[in-house]
Amino acid sequence: MERITVKIDGREIVTSPGRTILEVAVEHGIRIPTLCHLEGLSDVGACRLCIVDVRGQLVTSCTTRVADKMEVLTGTDAVRAYRRTILELLFAEGNHVCAFCVSNGGCELQDLACELEMHSVTVPYAYPRHRVDATHPRFLIDRDRCVLCGRCVRACGEVEGARTWNFAERGSQARVITDLDVDWGTAASCTSCGKCVEVCPTGAIVRKGESNGEMRKKPEVITRLKERRTHG
Amino acid sequence: MELTSCTPQQAADIRRILDAAAGSPGPLIQVLHAVQGVVGYLPADVLDYVADALYLPKSEVHGVATFYNFFRLDPAGKHTVTVCLGTACYVKGGAKILERLKKELGVAEGRTTADGLFTLDTARCFGACGLAPVMTVDEEVFGRLSPTKALAILEKYRSSTEDETAGSREVTHTAKVAKGRKHEA
Ligand code: SF4
Ligand code: SF4
Ligand code: FES
Ligand code: FES
Repeated sequence: MERITVKIDGREIVTSPGRTILEVAVEHGIRIPTLCHLEGLSDVGACRLCIVDVRGQLVTSCTTRVADKMEVLTGTDAVRAYRRTILELLFAEGNHVCAFCVSNGGCELQDLACELEMHSVTVPYAYPRHRVDATHPRFLIDRDRCVLCGRCVRACGEVEGARTWNFAERGSQARVITDLDVDWGTAASCTSCGKCVEVCPTGAIVRKGESNGEMRKKPEVITRLKERRTHG
Repeated sequence: MELTSCTPQQAADIRRILDAAAGSPGPLIQVLHAVQGVVGYLPADVLDYVADALYLPKSEVHGVATFYNFFRLDPAGKHTVTVCLGTACYVKGGAKILERLKKELGVAEGRTTADGLFTLDTARCFGACGLAPVMTVDEEVFGRLSPTKALAILEKYRSSTEDETAGSREVTHTAKVAKGRKHEA
């Protein structure tokens, strides 16, 4: 098998081509923050939080493949500052009032804010008014808490095969929708499997009946499912 | 499936478009383009029909139809109002005008009011930056607007439509421009 050598944060790592920077880093215990990435789903580079420095260029590590003699820096001051700004923009783009969220304490966005030491949001808030849809008998979506990571879209499409979710519109109007933008409860393609609930990193798609700070998700069930299908 | 939103002739044309597209890779955009050419817009039942015929998820068909500015989900209104969001107009408050019109007309960008009078659109620079912020109604250009002035202009279009229905004389081309100009002072 072809071997290549990459340098991540000064460490020489021998690996094989075709793998992403993120995969190689994770394998060697190097932590890179991610949000739209989920092991078991395809990578799309939607959130930009996993950016790293490759010889002065910022690239998303979840979608960039390693190459021989590549030099990667995962945690320079500049990279950390960019990540924090990206995170601030994600917060400012929605209505993430953690104290009144069922996912408080179990939210990947919130965890990232702690990890990246985002003490405040320095960009103006957009205060969107997207539609809450509670028409599904068991689940609901609060789109103001959606970060457009697309994990629901990919889990529903790639793993369940229902392809109920997709993105509609563009820019600040962009949002996830079910079928032809119908109420989720009437979306004929939905099998009510709950995969989108488990993979959604925030309090956007949640189970009904959970109260403040109660919602806990298990995105790893999708990772396991995919592994068993591939190797089982 | 019955296509209730179109005429039998249009429905037949849509079927022909779909038959011709069968088997070609990635036909969605071309199909939507051709279908909009037939009906003038993309009604929901037509999107549903297209999705089934092409074996595509409905969410994807809706996603594509709302991503591209060219596609519209409503029939075009009697007047098309286009607010400029180009750099000069944006800096001078174009976005505030758009927000206000969206609120007052009760429609999102690209959609048509329930009474069929106005379609609300946006553009990136008309080349009239000196008059920023700018909006056009059909072919007429109105400059140096504020949200209130923009609304007043639409009100005039609304009442001139009512006058027309009442059999009065239509506002002339020059009169409309003059009205817009007056606001520049
Ligand atoms: S419950 Fe399952 S089928 Fe329904 S939208 Fe979520 S992932 Fe898709
Ligand atoms: S609903 Fe959740 S999983 Fe889907 S795009 Fe939004 S944040 Fe991501
Ligand atoms: S994790 Fe790489 S872009 Fe989101
Ligand atoms: S930016 Fe509006 S006309 Fe140029």
